[in-house]
Amino acid sequence: MLRLAITWLVGLSLSVVGAAANAEWGVNMRPGVTEVSKSVFDLHMAIFWICVVIGVIVFGVMFWSMLMHRKSEDSKPATFHENLTVEILWTVIPLVILIVMAVPATKTLIDIYDAEESDVDILVTGYQWRWQYKYVGEGVTYFSSLSTPREEITNVSPKNPNYLLEVDNPLVVPIGKKIRFLITSADVIHSWWVPAFAVKKDAIPGFVNESWTRIDEPGIYRGQCTELCGKDHGFMPIVVEAKTQEDYDTWLAEQKEAAAKEAELRDKDWSLEELVARGEKVYGSACASCHQATGEGIPPMFPALKGSSIVLTDIQEHINTVINGRPGTAMAAFGKQLSEVDAAAVITYERNAWGNDTGELVSPLDILNFKEAQ
Amino acid sequence: MSAVIDHHHADHAHGPAKGMMRWVLTTNHKDIGTMYLWFSFAMFLLGGSMAMVIRAELFQPGLQLVQPEFFNQMTTTHGLIMVFGAVMPAFVGLANWMIPLMVGAPDMALPRMNNFSFWLLPMAFGLLVSTLFMEGGGPNFGWTFYAPLSTTYAPPSVTFFIFAIHLAGISSIMGAINIIATILNLRAPGMTLMKMPLFVWTWLITAFLLIAVMPVLAGVVTMMLMDIHFGTSFFNAAGGGDPVMFQHIFWFFGHPEVYIMILPAFGAVSQIIPTFSRKPLFGYTSMVYATAAIAFLSFIVWAHHMFTVGIPITGELFFMYATMLIAVPTGVKVFNWVSTMFRGALTFETPMLFAIAFVILFTIGGFSGLMLAIATADFQYHDTYFVVAHFHYVLVPGAIFGIFASAYYWLPKWTGHMYDETLGKTHFWMSFIGMNLAFFPMHFVGLAGMPRRIPDYNIMFANFNMVSSIGAFMFGATQLLFLFIVIKCIKGGPKAAANPWEGAEGLEWTVPSPAPYHTFTTPPEVK
Repeated sequence: MLRLAITWLVGLSLSVVGAAANAEWGVNMRPGVTEVSKSVFDLHMAIFWICVVIGVIVFGVMFWSMLMHRKSEDSKPATFHENLTVEILWTVIPLVILIVMAVPATKTLIDIYDAEESDVDILVTGYQWRWQYKYVGEGVTYFSSLSTPREEITNVSPKNPNYLLEVDNPLVVPIGKKIRFLITSADVIHSWWVPAFAVKKDAIPGFVNESWTRIDEPGIYRGQCTELCGKDHGFMPIVVEAKTQEDYDTWLAEQKEAAAKEAELRDKDWSLEELVARGEKVYGSACASCHQATGEGIPPMFPALKGSSIVLTDIQEHINTVINGRPGTAMAAFGKQLSEVDAAAVITYERNAWGNDTGELVSPLDILNFKEAQ
Repeated sequence: MSAVIDHHHADHAHGPAKGMMRWVLTTNHKDIGTMYLWFSFAMFLLGGSMAMVIRAELFQPGLQLVQPEFFNQMTTTHGLIMVFGAVMPAFVGLANWMIPLMVGAPDMALPRMNNFSFWLLPMAFGLLVSTLFMEGGGPNFGWTFYAPLSTTYAPPSVTFFIFAIHLAGISSIMGAINIIATILNLRAPGMTLMKMPLFVWTWLITAFLLIAVMPVLAGVVTMMLMDIHFGTSFFNAAGGGDPVMFQHIFWFFGHPEVYIMILPAFGAVSQIIPTFSRKPLFGYTSMVYATAAIAFLSFIVWAHHMFTVGIPITGELFFMYATMLIAVPTGVKVFNWVSTMFRGALTFETPMLFAIAFVILFTIGGFSGLMLAIATADFQYHDTYFVVAHFHYVLVPGAIFGIFASAYYWLPKWTGHMYDETLGKTHFWMSFIGMNLAFFPMHFVGLAGMPRRIPDYNIMFANFNMVSSIGAFMFGATQLLFLFIVIKCIKGGPKAAANPWEGAEGLEWTVPSPAPYHTFTTPPEVK
């Protein structure tokens, strides 16, 4: 039996060592790309090796006893059952080791908590199940949703290397600058984690948490939501694109221009077809995860829109539900999430899709009037 | 008073009642202990099948077998059933059987309440499992049920979940009261507190933990109930409430809870290692003090589950230091067990194998716990598979191996037969290998960046997830072998002596095997 166990242990450790050599079998944390993430990594490795050393000593004595002090080795049991000196020693020594470990941990932690004097402020808001990024003071706000095609998730087409770690609009930040994240949530608790920065902070409704990073190198860094937030918790990744200052400035200017153009769209004269076409896209990113692409929902938590009496008849109530949500249920208020154009488009789409052929058009101006009347 | 007792004795020497009603109405600690143990094993298999669903879905990237909604119900109910339905009742079952035998008491101090606290459990878990078949599905918000996911955003069945938690909580509190009353009042003459077996000591401390924290759990679920049905806003930020307060209250219960699940296992292992080392337990007194120290510290470390919620830095530092301190008394226990084995005369029967694996693997779980205690590093570990690996290392080879070790150790006393040693050892090695294959790779995927509670993952995590699943299937299937071993042992086998173990000491080994329906009706004298 013992020989079998040893064979297994040797086999297991060999396979672990072999696996470590292969990138597909990543076994450890990576140091990341910021000063903080590197000191967190060093701390992690320091604690790990301390544990290994203690483990080798303790398990060493244990295996020694198991091999040398077997009854079958004809060993007579000793009768000692206490020894004050060793008992004091093995209380004091671990205490000293702990204090030694606590010092660097405290130092880095104080550094992590110092989010003062930032160069760029970004408000990160968690939604079920996507992230919103708002560049504070720049007038640029957008959503970032999973972009992995449904076919890859349902195993119809092969999975790409960034499977589930890719989004439509990544967060773009400059390198070498202190970026402060103000993190909150619009519904349940989420958690915003990018391992390469060692930044993980919960997004909590009613609270604004702070965190910061300063990235050394341009690149694309990926992370995920790490707090269970409902059905699609596994499907709301984070992608951060770190650019040089010039590239970042160009990008930001483009975004501002696009935002201005988007605002103009509100006064445009929309046709039913245009609104339905735009609404289908909005529906896909904002509504489909609950109400489903088929409009059938997942009752009773997420009611069907197909054939719903509100969608088929009461326009005002339909607009009200989308803009203000339904307090006390999972239906969020989309008034601040969607532009007037997008809200009009998605409502028009819902009233004309899946056999809800009302032929009715809700224009961006209708939405504006509704909001102003409140 | 004594005249009344004498009268009863003359009347009838009762054995168990006949038929099914024996089990419904019984107030006998052995019957109730047996029912607790069978119930917990049934829940272990049920919660285990849910784990099999989880591991089957995670066998490969992509969604294959279940949808995310159902996956979340599986992770939630797996956790709830294993914690409240499998591990806790198993230890209460062991306490019921063994504490009266170990302290020389004729029964538990409050036998009728004992019956009631058992029979609440099937009701609680019947209710909990029934939610899976309700419209909207069962609880899907994780076993930690963080608000507002578990209030505003919860499925309608959450109310039944709350009621089930209340019932299980009442059962635990009554069980704890009973255990304290028994230990403090019914010890045999001469058995001073510092002569009690360590299993009794750890259970006494555990029972106080239960009484302290189960009402807190009841409070927090009641606040949820109010938020859901009665218009309060305890946890609803829009109404002036505080979702973080939920976590503070939950973990004020939750952290002592994890020690509730491990302290009795410490006690059991402290009985088993000396027996098979044929040497007295090293440092009995320090074991008792270490257990008490761990219990005390468990009340002041709860926020280490919340390092990422944004508590102020002074809070982070306090909870980091307090958590690291737990390593000291825990270390003392491990050193004591190893010193007990050192220069003993060891044999490796199944209970000893499980106990040794307990010490090694629990220590590994302790190491990852120490790593997690460092708040700074926790930002990278928190809510990843590293945490899943950590708590499965302390719960599976910790709590559950402790239960297996106890079951094999005391089966001869319960059934009067020896279990099949070869099958027992097979059960051990298959469990040991399966469990390590299942949970060790979780450290790797967690460090590599895989969050917990996700039904699908990037392909870079695929290899280790497949290994984990294979290990989990192996561990799961092996537990059917345990069922077979126990049934075989009940049906027959070599006759067990009153003390079947060469090195075992304690009052439980002075009564015949199987233990008669009534024991210690006259208290034994302890010198």
